[in-house]
Formats: sequence, structure tokens, C-alpha cells
Amino acid sequence: MQSLQKITSRFIPLRIENVDTDQIIPARFLKATTKDGFGKNLFRDWRYENDDETKPKADFVLNQQQYSGEILVAAKNFGCGSSREHAAWSIQDYGFKVVVSSFFADIFKNNALNNGVLPVTVTDAFLQQIFAQGAEDTLTVDLEAQTITIDATGAQAQFDINSYKKTCMLNGYDDIDYLLNMKPEIEAYEKANQW
Amino acid sequence: MGKTLFEKIWDKHVVKQIEDGPSVVYIDKHFIHEVTSPQAFSGIEKRGAKLFRPQQIVATADHNVPTLHQELPIKDALSKFQVDTLIDNCKKHGVELYGLGHQYQGIVHVIGPELGITQPGMTIVCGDSHTSTHGAFGSIAFGIGTSEVEMVFASQCIMQSKPKVMRINIDGELKNGVVSKDIILYIIAQISASGATGYFVEYAGSAIRALSMEARMTICNMSIEMGARGGMIAPDQTTFDYIKGRLFAPKGADWDRKLAAWKELYTDADAKFDVEINIKAEDIDPMITYGTNPGMGLSVRGTLPTIESFTDATEKQNYEKALAYMGLQAGQTLLGMPVQNVFIGSCTNSRIEDFRLVASIIKGKQKDPNIKTLIVPGSQEVAKQIKAEGLDKIFAEAGVEIRQAGCSACLGMNEDKIPAGEYCISTSNRNFEGRQGAGARTLLASPLTAAAALLTGKITDIRDILN
Repeated sequence: MQSLQKITSRFIPLRIENVDTDQIIPARFLKATTKDGFGKNLFRDWRYENDDETKPKADFVLNQQQYSGEILVAAKNFGCGSSREHAAWSIQDYGFKVVVSSFFADIFKNNALNNGVLPVTVTDAFLQQIFAQGAEDTLTVDLEAQTITIDATGAQAQFDINSYKKTCMLNGYDDIDYLLNMKPEIEAYEKANQW
Repeated sequence: MGKTLFEKIWDKHVVKQIEDGPSVVYIDKHFIHEVTSPQAFSGIEKRGAKLFRPQQIVATADHNVPTLHQELPIKDALSKFQVDTLIDNCKKHGVELYGLGHQYQGIVHVIGPELGITQPGMTIVCGDSHTSTHGAFGSIAFGIGTSEVEMVFASQCIMQSKPKVMRINIDGELKNGVVSKDIILYIIAQISASGATGYFVEYAGSAIRALSMEARMTICNMSIEMGARGGMIAPDQTTFDYIKGRLFAPKGADWDRKLAAWKELYTDADAKFDVEINIKAEDIDPMITYGTNPGMGLSVRGTLPTIESFTDATEKQNYEKALAYMGLQAGQTLLGMPVQNVFIGSCTNSRIEDFRLVASIIKGKQKDPNIKTLIVPGSQEVAKQIKAEGLDKIFAEAGVEIRQAGCSACLGMNEDKIPAGEYCISTSNRNFEGRQGAGARTLLASPLTAAAALLTGKITDIRDILN
């Protein structure tokens, strides 16, 4: 897993609530058996007319040239719906390292963390402050300090992450390495709980 | 202080609590399917690791399979490759597979319970958000991502932070024409598509107690649609009667021992919930959704909210976006609106009782000539039972074809899709944009409401037919 410490970047504002994982990556792209190449289909049906890559929808933020960056900022309840990790893979493959929202769906949040994409939860008020910034403005996300800063105004918010996940993310460790090292404890648990 | 049902099962399965981190939770049963498992198998192979407890895993092919001519090779090359990859992986790693053509094949959340694999007190995971279905048996069951599937492959454990607990009490008697699907659509409409995020929900109350196991599964199934990590119902005699005698149910002395333990699985009287919600069963009408998330639902006789009722700018904008997608107007009623498609199926409503309900309405009648149907049993066993009870004849006489088991038009991964711009009354669980096919307009409802539309070609209050 890729590590992440601190990032300063412009951001892409997605002012839509309840963005579900069917929008992030439609089901017809779930036939793959690898994790690669999902970025080109991220938000596929919001990005293109009739699934046609030569016809980008002008009103969708990913198609608006003034916006760029490695941070996606979305309205509340981002990533709801299906458990498909393909959603996190497509966001990561597109080039996002951080997703900011006032509220994340649980499964998506875990999937993002397991793929080196940092979900940053902020208050509604702070989210609105970010949305009020211009396309040129940047955000700084500092995982060590657990802060997100609107660089133009200096406004800063703290975000939560448990220290285990934070260590994983800072160093690029994943849970499976940890669990593989726990085998003796797991076997002991099994023995004690046979019935 | 006493413990909730959730805490009793959770505490028993915590192998280790990581300081200021998640718990390492032991998983009793792991269901897998073709769509969310291939990258987990290749991940484990890349690490040079082996599956830790392959005998605790059960696999089936459901999401990406055709629902006609399952005896023939799958036409779509990518789908075929994905289903074949599951077959190869299961063979290589010693996992039991109920694949296409197998008598136990079906939607993963239908076959687990019907085969008696799902039992009270278990922890159950699957790379599918509707794993919450199994909570109907008093188990902790939840959907996971593919990295987590790989975790369970590697260690039979998962890293999870302990969720908060919510109890939703539904007391009283349901009105005529109102079934469990209406209960859950009503709850989600009340608390919104994100109202239970971060919580594990226990459903309780006299109206829940009165439900059959299949009806309880429908409720727990849609817990995720309000953001809940999972949903559960304390096991009772209804649960035990359902399980007893099923293929993988405990037998003999083992049954007696397990039954005694299952009877301890209830929330103590003095246990505390983080949130508690009370609902009167009498307040629930047949429900239907009008928008693009399952929280956007109302009584089939209701009127859509006005634009002015939204004060928040983003919420107003989202409502307008949903209306535009659905081709509906604020303030309108849905009753009497023509629909073009009816889908009866999915892990929410594709069990034998659902087919009995539909058959009871359409018996001796003809479907509306303009309605196109996708009628898809949840499993081979359900399909077999439909025939055994002669329900297939009732459907055939109504002019309706019954297909073969799979997820089908619930997510439109195979060729079963709803055409762009058309309405579909669907017994499935999600009305997201494009969920049933690009541009498809989904109206979620109960099997009864779907059966009513099948006959009339429009959105109908089932009570007008029943009376």
C-alpha cells in the first residue's frame, strides 16, 4: 500500500450528496479480475454522454479544466451503497490521494483506507468553506498532525483517524501483514472457542 | 449493566483489541462470489500465503450470471472469464463452490439461510453490502470490501472498529396489504439513506416478532440502505423452526447444545442503546420510492415533497437532480402513473414467500400487455419449490416467464437491464441512477405492489385489488 504523510494540492469540488458507489464505478465495469485501470471509468455515466468518451458532459466537474488536483471534495454521505472496493480503486487510479466529505459511508471508508486513499471527515460548515474557494486555491492535508487547511484563508480543521490506521497509512502498511503475524493468537482463540 | 444482542456476539468474537485501533474479530462464515473475490485470491497468492480456513468459506456465482440458458456457456466473454476464475480459484484453494448448474446455486444471501449455513450467534461476512440479510437469524453479518475478503482468507479475522448500536422497535399490527418490505422502506424514508451510518441496528417489537424468517431477511437486507453496518433480529422459535432440518443445520445432540446457546441470544432488559427509535406498525402504508436513493420513499398514495420544503441549498439541488433523472415533478402523486417494467427478484425479495405473495395476486389474471417482466427466483431451490407448488403455472397463465436464479436486474451486471427512460417497479434494494441500466428509472416496492403493477400497468395501491 502507498504511504501518505502530507499533501498540498488543488481540489475538485463535487457538490453532490449521497454519492453512491454505482455512480463512482458502474456495475458493468466490475467484470475485471484485477485492480488496474479503473480510473478511466470513474464516474463514467456522469462524465460522458451515452458512455461515449468523445462526448464529455460539460457540466460535470471532472470535465471542467479549471479544476484539478489530488483531493476530491464531496458533499455528505459519500460512498454509500454497494461494498465494491472497485470504487476506491477507481478513485485511487484516477489520481486522488484524499477524499474530503462531511460524512462517509462505513464500507467505503474502510475500503479507501485499505488502498492508501485518506478519507477526511470535516464539519458541514468547514465543507462549505472549502466549496467557497476558487479553483486555483489549495488545501493542505497533514496526516501526522491530523489537520486540513484551506491555504488561502488559513482556516484549519482537525480530523479523526485511529492511531493504528494512521500508522498504517503513514508507513504504507496493510492489515493483512498484521493479521498474518497474529496466527498463533488466532489459533489459540479457535481452540478456546470450539463448540 | 446488561448487554445488547450485538455486544454479546461481538464480545465473544474479539480475538484482540488493538490499542486506539480496530478490533481483530473472528469470522465464523465467509461467503464469496465471482465479482469481489478474484483480486483477493490473487492478492493472497502474491503474498505467497494460503487460505487459513478454506472449510469456513462457501462460494457461489450470482452477480454476473445469465438468468436464461444457464446450461449453455456464458456469452459475454468478460463475465465468463470472471465466473471461470471463481471456479479455478475455488478448486485451487479448496473452497466449496455452488456454481452455475449446481443444485444449491443462487444469490449468496438466499442460499446461506436456505441451506442452514446461516445460524444464530455467528459472525458472517461477504464481499457484498447486503450480507446484513443474515442478521435476521441473530448473527452479526456485514458486507466487506475485497481487501477485507483477502484479510479473512489470510487469517479468518477482520479488523473492525466497534460500531454504535441502535434499536428500532416496530410495535402493533400491520395493515392489510403491508408487508416487511414496506416496513423497511418506511424506516429508511423516516431516517434517510445515511440515518444509521456508524450503527449496527437491532429490529425489535411485536410487529417484527410476528414476521416469518423470510420477511425478517427482507428487513435486515436493506439495513445498509440507511447506512447501517448491519441489522439483526434476536432469534426465537420462528428462527429455530426455520433452521431445524436444513442441510447444514446442526443435528442430534449438536442441535440440542446449539439451541440452548441460541436461546441466550437476546438483548438484556437493562442494556443500553446509543439510539432508540419507535415506530407504530399501523402508521405504515404500502411504500414506493420516487427518487435516486432508498431514503426517497413515501406511501403509494402520497405526494412528492415540494421544492420549497428544502431549506438547504445542496439538498434542494440534489432533490431537483433526482426529479430530473426520474422524470417526475415536485408535489405530484405517483398513483396511477404508467410503468413499463416489473422486476421481481434480488436478495431482498426473491424467496418462495415472495413468489407465493405475487402468485396470490395474479392467479387467474393476465398481466398488462404493456408490461415487460423480469421474474427471477433467488436460488435453484426456490425455483424448484415454485414448480413443486405449481406457482409456475399461475405465472405462465398470467403471461409471465420465470427465469433462472441470479442477481439479475437488481444491479444490471448481466444482460437483464431496464431500458433508459423507462420506469421499473422493482422488489430490489437500490434505486440509484443507472443501477438497473443506464438511464433506468427504478421505483422500489414490495412484491405485492409489484404484482399489482404487473396486472394494471401502473402504480397501484395493492389494497384497491385486495378489497
